[in-house]
Amino acid sequence: MIDYALIWAGLIAFAVLAYIILDGFDLGIGILFPLIKDKTDRETAMNTIAPIWDGNETWLVLGGGGLFAVFPLAYSVILPALYMPIILMLIGLIFRGVAFEFHWRATKLQSLWDRGFFLGSLIAALCQGIALGALVQGISVENRVYTGGWWDWLTPFSITTGIALVVGYVLLGATWLNLKTTERLQQQARAIARVAAFATLAAIGVISLWMLLIEQQYLERWFNAPAIYGLMVIPLLVLTLGAWLVRDIFRGKELSPFLISIGLFILSYVGLCASFFPYLIPPSISIWQAAAPENSLKFLLAGSAFLLPIIIAYTSYAYWVFRGKVKPNEAYH
Amino acid sequence: MEFLDAVLLARIQFAFTIAFHIIFPGLSIGLAAYLTVLEALWLKTNKSVYLATYKYWLKIFSIIFGMGVVSGIVMSYQFGTNWSVFSDKTGPVLGPLMGYEVLSAFFLEAGFLGVMLFGMNKVGKKLHFFATLMVAVGTLMSAFWILSVNSWMQTPVGYAINEAGQFIVKDWFEVIFNPSFPYRLAHMVIAAFLSTAFLVGGVAAWHLLKDSGNAGARLMFSMAMWMALLVAPLQAFVGDLHGLNTLEHQPAKVAAMEANYHTQKGAPLYLFGFPNSDTQQVDYAIKIPHGASLILTHDPDGELIGLDQFPKEDWPNVPIVFWAFRIMVGIGFGMIAIGFWALYSRLRKKLYQGRGLKRVAVAFAPAGVIATIAGWTVTEVGRQPYTVYGLLRTYDSASPLDAPAVAASLAIFVLAYLLVFGTGIFYTLRLMKVTPKDTVTDEPKSTAKVSLSNRMDSSYQRSHKKPSAAVKPNQQNSLSKEQTDD
Repeated sequence: MIDYALIWAGLIAFAVLAYIILDGFDLGIGILFPLIKDKTDRETAMNTIAPIWDGNETWLVLGGGGLFAVFPLAYSVILPALYMPIILMLIGLIFRGVAFEFHWRATKLQSLWDRGFFLGSLIAALCQGIALGALVQGISVENRVYTGGWWDWLTPFSITTGIALVVGYVLLGATWLNLKTTERLQQQARAIARVAAFATLAAIGVISLWMLLIEQQYLERWFNAPAIYGLMVIPLLVLTLGAWLVRDIFRGKELSPFLISIGLFILSYVGLCASFFPYLIPPSISIWQAAAPENSLKFLLAGSAFLLPIIIAYTSYAYWVFRGKVKPNEAYH
Repeated sequence: MEFLDAVLLARIQFAFTIAFHIIFPGLSIGLAAYLTVLEALWLKTNKSVYLATYKYWLKIFSIIFGMGVVSGIVMSYQFGTNWSVFSDKTGPVLGPLMGYEVLSAFFLEAGFLGVMLFGMNKVGKKLHFFATLMVAVGTLMSAFWILSVNSWMQTPVGYAINEAGQFIVKDWFEVIFNPSFPYRLAHMVIAAFLSTAFLVGGVAAWHLLKDSGNAGARLMFSMAMWMALLVAPLQAFVGDLHGLNTLEHQPAKVAAMEANYHTQKGAPLYLFGFPNSDTQQVDYAIKIPHGASLILTHDPDGELIGLDQFPKEDWPNVPIVFWAFRIMVGIGFGMIAIGFWALYSRLRKKLYQGRGLKRVAVAFAPAGVIATIAGWTVTEVGRQPYTVYGLLRTYDSASPLDAPAVAASLAIFVLAYLLVFGTGIFYTLRLMKVTPKDTVTDEPKSTAKVSLSNRMDSSYQRSHKKPSAAVKPNQQNSLSKEQTDD
C-alpha cells in the first residue's frame, strides 16, 4: 500500500524549499538593492537574476497550486487564516516582478521603480516569514473552516520570523552576488554577506529556541528519546556550517559561501518539518486528514513523476546558459 | 446580510483581477506564436526584416508576458483567499488540472523565457528558436489546462460527491474533455490569435500612415491582414458551434444572451435594446423577427427556452450578458469586414497605400482585447449564480471572511493594479510608437545601453533588447556607434 499523501507531502515540501532557496536569493538582491549606490552596479546585480527569476518564482505557484490539488483542505484553511500577509506578499511580488522590465523602460521614474523593486522584495520576504511564523503558532479550524480572527497572524513571534527570513534572504542574495560579480560590487557583496551571516545564525538560534516555548508538541518532539539523538544532528550541523560559512566569507571564497548558505536554509527547513510532522496545519490537521481523495493524488503524481525531472533538467540548462560572472555593462538589455 | 457584502466584494475583486489578467496571457499566446513564426521565417530565408520584426515584438512581448506572470500569481492564490469553500470542495477535481498547468506550461515558459529574451548571443540560432518555440508551446498548454478547468465549472461531468461534500473524480478523461471544453478552447485560442493580429495590424497601420514604404510595418500589416481574413470568419463559425453547445448545456445563459424572457417559437434577434428583467421586456428594441430561432435552432420557427423556465433566483444578470455578447459579436463582424477589405485592397495592389483601411485598423488595435473581455463576461456572468454550474452556488463558495477584510484587499489590488499595469501599458504603447525597421544593426554590446534621452526612439529600435534611456551621456562613451551612425 503506497502512502500517496506522504509522498505528496514530501513533494510539496520540496517545491516550497526550492522556492525559498531560489527566489530567496532573488528577493535578497532586491532587499539589499538600496545599499548598492552605483547605477552600473545596480544594473549588474539585477542582470545576475533577470534571466532566471521567473523560473524561480514558478516554484511558489507549484507550492500553492500543489496544495490546492493534493491538500485542498489545508489550502482552504491556511489562505484565509493568513489573508493579509498573503495579499501583501502578492502585491510585493507584483512590484518586484515588473521592476525587471520597468527599470529599463522608465526614463524619469527609474528610481521610483528601483524603490518598487526594493520594497516589493522586502514586503514579499517579510510576509512569507510572517506567514511561516503564523503557521508555526498554529491555526484554529472547525468543520473544515478557519475559525480565528483576521489579525491572529500578527504576533511578536511571527514578526520575528518575518525579520529572520529577510535576514536569511539577504545572506543568500549577497553570497549569490559574491559568486556572480567582480570588483567593487563583489567587495560590497562580501561586506554585506559578513554581517548577514552572523545575523542569520543568530536568527536561526532565536527562532529555534522560541519555537520550543510556543507549543508543547514541538518541545516533546525534540527532547524525547530516542528522537533526540537523530534530531540533534541538525543543530550540530548548523553550528558546523555556520563556522565554515564565516571562515569562507572572510577568506574571500566565491562558490562555497553561497552553497553553505543554502545548506543552512535546508537544515532550518528540515528542522521545521521535523517539528511539524505529521501535521500540515498545526496543531490539528495531519497530512492524511488534509489530503485529497486518492485518485486525485495518483493522477497528478503520474504526471509529476514524468514532468518534474524534465523541469529540473531544462531549468538546470537555463542556469548553465547564464553561468559565470556577469560583467558590468554586459548588456542583456 | 453582512456575509452577502463580503461575497459581493470578493466577486468584484475576482472580476477586476481576472479582467486585467486575461489581457496579458491572451496576448502572450498570440505574440509567442507570432514570434515563433517570425523567427522560423528568418532562419529559413535569412531576410533581416524578419529578425528586425522579431526583435521589435520581443520587447513588447517581454513586458506583456511579465505583467501576465505577476497578475497570474494573484489568480493562483485568490481561490484560497477569497473562495476557500470552493477550493475545499473542488480541489480534488480542479487542483490536479491546475497542477498540470504549472508543471507542463508555467515551468516551460519560465524556463525558456530567459534564453529567449537574453540568450540570442549565448546559445546559437537553432537553440534560440527552440526556446521561442517552447515558450509558445507553454502558452498554449496553459490555455489547454485553464480552459479545461473553466469548462468543467460550466459543464461538470465525471464526478461524484464524497461525505465531506467534496467533488471527487470518477473519470479524468471525462473531466478534462468535458462537453463544452473543445468549443471553449478553440474559441479562446482563436481569440488570442485575433487579438494579437489586430494589435500588430493596428501598430503597423499607424506607422504606414506616417510612411507607407516602411518595410517592417508592411510585413506586419500584411501578415496581420491575412490572419484577419482567414481567422475572423473561422471564429464566427466556432463561436456559433460554441453557442449551440451552450444552448444544450446552459440554456439560461443563452436566454440571457438573447434577452429571451419567454419561451417561444420563432424568437426574435435583438440587435439593440435594454433588457428589463422587472417587466421582462426589452425596451427600445430593434429586432430581426425569428432571428434568434434561426441562428440557434437553424429553423425560423424553432422553439427557444426562455428565462421563464427557470426560477428567478437562478437567472444570470441579463443586461450585462446581453450587452457583453453584443459587443463581442459586433467586434467580430468588424474584424471579418476588415479582413475582406484588406483582401480587396491587396488584389488591387493597394494594401499599403490609402488611408481608410489603416485608420480603421488603428481603431481596431485594442478590439480583440475588448472582445475577449466581453466574451469572458458573457461566459462568466452567464454562469451565475453558480461557480460549478447547477451544483455549487457562488454564495456557498466564498471564504468565511468579514467584509472589511475583502474590502481592504480589494482596495489594495485596485490601487496596485492601476499603478503597475497602467504604467506597463504606457511603456508598451511607447515601444509601439518606435518606428519598425527592416534590418538589424549589430551594435557592439558595450554600447547597447547608450542613448540620448532626446533620441529615445532611435535608441529603442537599435538596441539589442532594452536600452536604458536614463543613462546620462557623459557616463558612457559618447562616441558610441549608436549615436554616430544615425
